[in-house]
Amino acid sequence: MSFYVVQFLSGLASAAALFLVASGLSIIFGVTRIVNFAHGAFYMLGAYVAFSLTERLSGTLGFWGGIVLAAVVVALIGVLVEMLLLRRIYRSPELFQLLATFGLTLMVEDLAVLIWGPDDLLGRRAPGLRGAFDFFGQAIPTYDVLLMVLGPVVLGALWLLFHRTRWGVLVRAATQDRDMVAALGVNQKWLFTSVFALGVFLAALGGALQIPRDAVNHTMDLRIIVDVFVVVVIGGLGSITGAFVAAVLVSELNAFGILIFPKISIILVFLVMAAVLIVRPWGLFGKPEAAARQTPGLAVQPWRPLSTQARLAFIGVLVLAAALPLLGSNYALIVGAEIAIFVIFAVSLHFMMSVGGMASFGHAAYFGLGAYGVAFLAKLAGLPMIACLLLGPLLGLFGAIIFGWFSVQLSGVYFAMLTLAFAQIVWSIAFQWVDVTGGDNGILGVWPAALVATPARFYWLSLAITALSVVVLRVLVFSPFGYALRATRDSGLRSEAVGINSKRIQWTAFVIAGTFAALAGALFAYLKGSVFPDNAGIALSVDSLVMVLLGGVETVSGAVVGAIVYKALSIWLVSYTELSKLVMGGVIVLLVVMFPKGIVGTFDSLIESGKLSFLKRGSSRATQTEGAE
Amino acid sequence: MKLSVSALNSYYGPAHILFDVDLEVGAGEVVALLGRNGAGKSTTFRSLVGLVAHREGRITFEGHDISKAPTHAIGRAGLGYVPEERRIFTDLTVEENLEVGRQPARAGAPQWSREKLFTLFPNLAEMRHRAGGRMSGGEQQMLTIARTLMGNPSLVLLDEPSEGLSPKIVEQMAYAILTMKKEGLSILLSEQNLHFARLISDRSYIIERGRICFSGTMADLDARPDIRDAHLAM
Repeated sequence: MSFYVVQFLSGLASAAALFLVASGLSIIFGVTRIVNFAHGAFYMLGAYVAFSLTERLSGTLGFWGGIVLAAVVVALIGVLVEMLLLRRIYRSPELFQLLATFGLTLMVEDLAVLIWGPDDLLGRRAPGLRGAFDFFGQAIPTYDVLLMVLGPVVLGALWLLFHRTRWGVLVRAATQDRDMVAALGVNQKWLFTSVFALGVFLAALGGALQIPRDAVNHTMDLRIIVDVFVVVVIGGLGSITGAFVAAVLVSELNAFGILIFPKISIILVFLVMAAVLIVRPWGLFGKPEAAARQTPGLAVQPWRPLSTQARLAFIGVLVLAAALPLLGSNYALIVGAEIAIFVIFAVSLHFMMSVGGMASFGHAAYFGLGAYGVAFLAKLAGLPMIACLLLGPLLGLFGAIIFGWFSVQLSGVYFAMLTLAFAQIVWSIAFQWVDVTGGDNGILGVWPAALVATPARFYWLSLAITALSVVVLRVLVFSPFGYALRATRDSGLRSEAVGINSKRIQWTAFVIAGTFAALAGALFAYLKGSVFPDNAGIALSVDSLVMVLLGGVETVSGAVVGAIVYKALSIWLVSYTELSKLVMGGVIVLLVVMFPKGIVGTFDSLIESGKLSFLKRGSSRATQTEGAE
Repeated sequence: MKLSVSALNSYYGPAHILFDVDLEVGAGEVVALLGRNGAGKSTTFRSLVGLVAHREGRITFEGHDISKAPTHAIGRAGLGYVPEERRIFTDLTVEENLEVGRQPARAGAPQWSREKLFTLFPNLAEMRHRAGGRMSGGEQQMLTIARTLMGNPSLVLLDEPSEGLSPKIVEQMAYAILTMKKEGLSILLSEQNLHFARLISDRSYIIERGRICFSGTMADLDARPDIRDAHLAM
């Protein structure tokens, strides 16, 4: 019995950090409407800075002073981020805000490694709290008791701050109606900055308080942010009480989940999250969001099917691409095949995101499922390649059917967070269920059939499947289903009113997109000859988003161009620099701030505005030819 | 002139809404902007306080050009705005709503305090701690005006203050507006209800399809039934 009590108390102690970070995220979202992906990065920075400070400052005062000072220092960094970056994107679509803050996360990760090195750092123990309580023969660390108390204390302090100070009242008012608060003469610039500083302070404090419990390393950021997204989805974004209750719930589920499903403890959290979302899609303490800003909306240019010339040009480019084996080396062919595969992946996300208006932050889940599907069939069932390629993506299809059903109940940032959480669940299962998936060692030896085993033949196979996928998805865009999907994207209510079952349409689109992503994953497994958990990782999900964004969210063919440029660039970048994350993060941030329309979109606007007027007559042709490869 | 607007043009995306709107409000004056639904009354007000992103023209308030100023600076300058939709902070109590509006006293403008406003709107005094979302439409209308007055403005824009209210509350509202006028506040209000406007206004403008098509005293308007019937027929 006492064992369970100790397990429960340990869960409560873990909840403290989760609550601090989640409440910070919620407070920031409440006012700025930005889901700050970089919140995990601030948590990690808090831990690193606290580590450095507590190493230098001595004594009890030095330790606690170091913890608090670390949170203050990181909050000041947050102020800089808010002033330099976020102020530029407050009016951008939420997808861009998520991406920009993710780019920031990437940069911080590389910077942390540069400054503190890649190894785990073990921090000082808290002076005076090194011991443990004896609880019926079980030891409870004294430090855990402190954390248990801290959670409710912070909750109370935040309540007082938001209800008993003018600043708090203004923040709550701004959470509801920013324009009205401005009309009443409140300068929100500083309100936003101070709210952001508070949120970052809480995250950094959460990180700093971890150093006596856990090693500090540069993967802390993504680990916590996924848990935090789960917490705010369960608790309700914007609610501090919700963040507290959900943080306790999730921590307890983790603490006891390990006892029930030792291998895949995250399953329990997933089940609870699913249950909450069915009963209360906006979380336990959340409120239904008013129809959020639409993801697209930068420029309204009607989409047109390809003209005959454009179709001929598409075939021409395809023929040229097919001629690559005559010129290129084997390495070029392997890169070419990889790019082709990522074109399928990007186009499938584009179908869901630009055509369907559903910006998924976890598209890699289906890519990974497709890859594992192939690996299972090839290695465990020993099926031939053709059967694997046809049946493997079915795993992605099933995943998309289940996850998609839940996801389409939500929209906007909730949708993004939920899809991310699902993807992380797929990743965790791949990572933790070692008996079946091989865990981190992956599944090796997934080789293509002899018929397509040479680089040239595999390249042709990939190119053919890619061309087919692009054509199929394009035809869908201009089919009655595509019209219904776009109608749902542009106005859910109106399309319901004309008799479109929008949830079903979106679900179908989700499943189609997931299946094509799985097809890409299946090919990728054969290209690499192996499958790893990272095939479903966050980094890959974000890659796909950046590809679509780079090409142009609002264009029909941008994803194709974006995938080619991005993939070529990143392969080149990885071979030239150690700091690929820093560069890539910087590119993402710049892209969002400077070129939100992407390559094809910018090109289109230049033509529309007359700057490239010599191309005007064939404007749609020009861009779409470019997008044809 | 307290407020003068010349050649104001406003746009929502590609749609041109206001065309060369000119209007003026003198110190201590109550001016009515009359017009049908969709004529451009609310857009005019929203443009004046900088809530319409795309606007052109010259707006001077107490001699300062505010046509490019951000919304909060316009509020700070003493130009109060009471929106048609009321936009009460529903999660905040009555007192908290008033707190959001509070600003330091301003020279040359009437001073308001919470207690003084509770005398002006006695209903509010009885529900100081009630959440804004749990009040009737009339109570919310009083709260939204009181909230703006907490900023001690020298001019307020009242967007359709009588809309959707019961006759008894409309009467209270007219009395409150006259009290505000007596305190020396300048008021620009929009109305569809000519009877209500006549009760409290000195002058009026009529706006139709985004253009000002009449300007004069209330007596001038009464002398032109043709104009009244053409643009305000209810």
